[in-house]
Amino acid sequence: MTTYGEAPAPSALFDGLRTQPSQVWGAVRLVPLVRAEPVADLRLHPRIHTGPGVVDLGRKGSYCSYIPHSFVAEWTGDGSPAAAYGTQLAEGPAEQEPVAAVRLHFHRRMARQEGRRRLRFLPLHLALEGYLALHFGGPTIAWEEWSRQALRQGLSPRVEAAYLGLQVPGLADALSVFEIHPGQCGVLVYLADALAAAFVVPHPEDYRTLHPTLVQDLYGDLVHHYATLMPPVADFRARITDPGIRSLSDLRAAAAEQTDRWEEFHDTTMAAGLVEQESSWQQVRRMGRFTLSRFLPEFRPKQDNHIGEAILDEHGRAVYLKTFRLSENQVRRGFLLSRLAAHDWHLADTAAEFGIDGAALAKRVETAGFGCLLRQRG
Amino acid sequence: MESYGDLVAADDVLLFVNAAITATGQREFHADAGAQRLSLDFLHAYMLGNYRDLYAGVLALDINDHNAALIVRRLLETSAEASVEQRRSEGRLIAGRLALLPPQRVYGLFRALRRAGVNNRRTRALLRDWLAARPDLAFDAVKYRSGLKQALRHAHLAPDDGELGTFLFAPLSRAHYDTPILETWRRAHYEQAAVYELPYTVAEGFAAKHGIPRAVFLERIAPRMTRLEALRLQETAQRRGVAEAVAVDLARMPLTRLAGYVLSLPAAERVERRDELTGALRAAAARVAGVHRGTWGRVTAVLDDSFSSYGSGVKRRRPLAVALACHYLLEALADRYAGLWTSGRREALLAHPVGPTPLGERILDALETAPDRLVIVSDGWDNAPPGLAAEVLRVWRTRLDPERRTSVVHLNPVYDADDFDVRRLAPSVPTAGVRDAEDVPALVEIAQFAEGRTGLAELTAYLDARAERLVAVPERTAAGGAR
Repeated sequence: MTTYGEAPAPSALFDGLRTQPSQVWGAVRLVPLVRAEPVADLRLHPRIHTGPGVVDLGRKGSYCSYIPHSFVAEWTGDGSPAAAYGTQLAEGPAEQEPVAAVRLHFHRRMARQEGRRRLRFLPLHLALEGYLALHFGGPTIAWEEWSRQALRQGLSPRVEAAYLGLQVPGLADALSVFEIHPGQCGVLVYLADALAAAFVVPHPEDYRTLHPTLVQDLYGDLVHHYATLMPPVADFRARITDPGIRSLSDLRAAAAEQTDRWEEFHDTTMAAGLVEQESSWQQVRRMGRFTLSRFLPEFRPKQDNHIGEAILDEHGRAVYLKTFRLSENQVRRGFLLSRLAAHDWHLADTAAEFGIDGAALAKRVETAGFGCLLRQRG
Repeated sequence: MESYGDLVAADDVLLFVNAAITATGQREFHADAGAQRLSLDFLHAYMLGNYRDLYAGVLALDINDHNAALIVRRLLETSAEASVEQRRSEGRLIAGRLALLPPQRVYGLFRALRRAGVNNRRTRALLRDWLAARPDLAFDAVKYRSGLKQALRHAHLAPDDGELGTFLFAPLSRAHYDTPILETWRRAHYEQAAVYELPYTVAEGFAAKHGIPRAVFLERIAPRMTRLEALRLQETAQRRGVAEAVAVDLARMPLTRLAGYVLSLPAAERVERRDELTGALRAAAARVAGVHRGTWGRVTAVLDDSFSSYGSGVKRRRPLAVALACHYLLEALADRYAGLWTSGRREALLAHPVGPTPLGERILDALETAPDRLVIVSDGWDNAPPGLAAEVLRVWRTRLDPERRTSVVHLNPVYDADDFDVRRLAPSVPTAGVRDAEDVPALVEIAQFAEGRTGLAELTAYLDARAERLVAVPERTAAGGAR
């Protein structure tokens, strides 16, 4: 079973990033995040894209690169295609660094071939893996209610379903008409004004390259339902109150205030679900001043719950971040499992916490899709 | 006294004019081709159903060729619904407009009429007159062969001289033609030298047939190319090393086309040829400005070079090209001029579609220069932050400049399929559609109507005046002889 450590202060996550005015297309709202100073010593793995050189070493110093698992290219020595095992951190000139990768066989349908020499694995592998592995081992104490299968194999195999960005209505259009800001290093994706995903990279050039790949990401079914059912969302239009404006400089000040007001409103209200979420963090790898981690939420039913992966610098600021909003069902399952685990998988104790009896809890476990874990009674 | 209905009519006509100037039924940045076509179809049906006279009158304005052809087609399709009086005036308008349209458009229109099964007496008469006015029908027979053939068939016309008929319907049945161009075409089947005496588009097919190397072909056909063909092929010619042969006099190009050409060049080449390109753009702009040169006082322009000015794959960089052309034109029209790009770029020649559209901020910068006229060239999407431009313009008009010392005009090169109009920035600012920067002086006239200070009577008078001018055109060309 995986262990999760304590979180860095979540409010520090977005330090150094400024919120810019949102752009709306149908039910999709994209909020650009701009970095005043790009992070130059952590860049995308240059071997990932065979296009224009993404990485330029401004100064001869230490240099790290990260490899989002969704970007796959020929990086095995002999030029055959391979997919990386999750997001990785690599050090030094990337050509010499071996990348943990799995060779791909084209007859399997798990990877999408995008071009002659480009293949793609589903993204957010690392974080989803973390979520799926949650209490994977099943009951730790062999209470009599648990079936033999549950004791022997745990929750194996555990599967979660998600929608590809391309299947989320309007998202592809919204991304293609989106106007990228100068210095933009990230974006927050809202569907029907519910935060669906956050995406941050170290450098604007990385962002420019990765912007179109947002449609290849995973989105939960909640996000998909919102996008399908909701009418277009309204723009937050600027509004200037006339009195007190006597000169052009007054007008300019009023205009600047509009921008600041939006930034404050967004950061404290719209993004609150993610920023204020209590999460448990697990460190995956540490290199120089950067740490690659993944995080899980507290599983609060009926609230935003985001899982994700992040590369943080020494001050706890996110230089790379990718989140996935869990759907209501996934939250409920996660919540159930975490409560069960907290009570050492004792059904009656857990039921007592919820204020229901054991049978009702068993019913709940069954509807959550874990029916096979329980011993069938005659 | 104007009735409410008159005001609505005037409004509808202006909306339609904006659409007819900008919309081409092609994909735009924010809407696909299907939506564009559907929206435009509705507008045409609506105008024809409600204001037939005004609908026909729009033919006299600087609308684009796509919409001119659509209007002609719809008028001919519904001939039966028009009164005798209407038919007469429509006939003159249509004939006037057909004379202005490029021939390939007219042949395309005839083809559409044929496909739609429109073959009334009026259509046949128009077709006959237009063909009779063509300066060289033998040339058309070679260059637009299937178009001419179908037109003749559709109108039940027999070409006057027997040779043309044979050429169109059984071309290789003769051993010799007396008309030189027909004879050249016949010889081009067997003889490479004859290929170079044909128009470029026809010769290209023969070159492929004879397997003539591209570089040799381009060099020898260069004198037969039209200006736009030469401009289009410059880059290919350069790659093949025959650039000198296909050289075009850039200063003689139409302004907006030239701007589009400049934007198609890589930045490094633009820097290298800076003097040549700037000179050409200035010369073209000066030609357009003509007598109005230097009469507009202090002008400041806010020009949109945000990412959406890229347009779409089929209208590549069109909005940006219009903005760039406007930049040079306004510079020629003004005494003192300042052009501000939304991206903050200083040099117009290096314009490139990138970034968001902080129009509000840029308008503030523009107002600080205290201009007599503020011209905004933008697709109407204002997103950093949204709606700030409208607010700035509103507060400026109501609080800071109620006496209207500064006149503000918004020119929009993009048709918005959802609103059946070009997108407006603010209700207080007149918006006009623009397709070619060349039309800007005329558009600013129309924009005054859009401000709601004039009604239907003035608008009708304006359309009539334009119609007079249009009808005078074919008589002029007839008197002047060949093109």
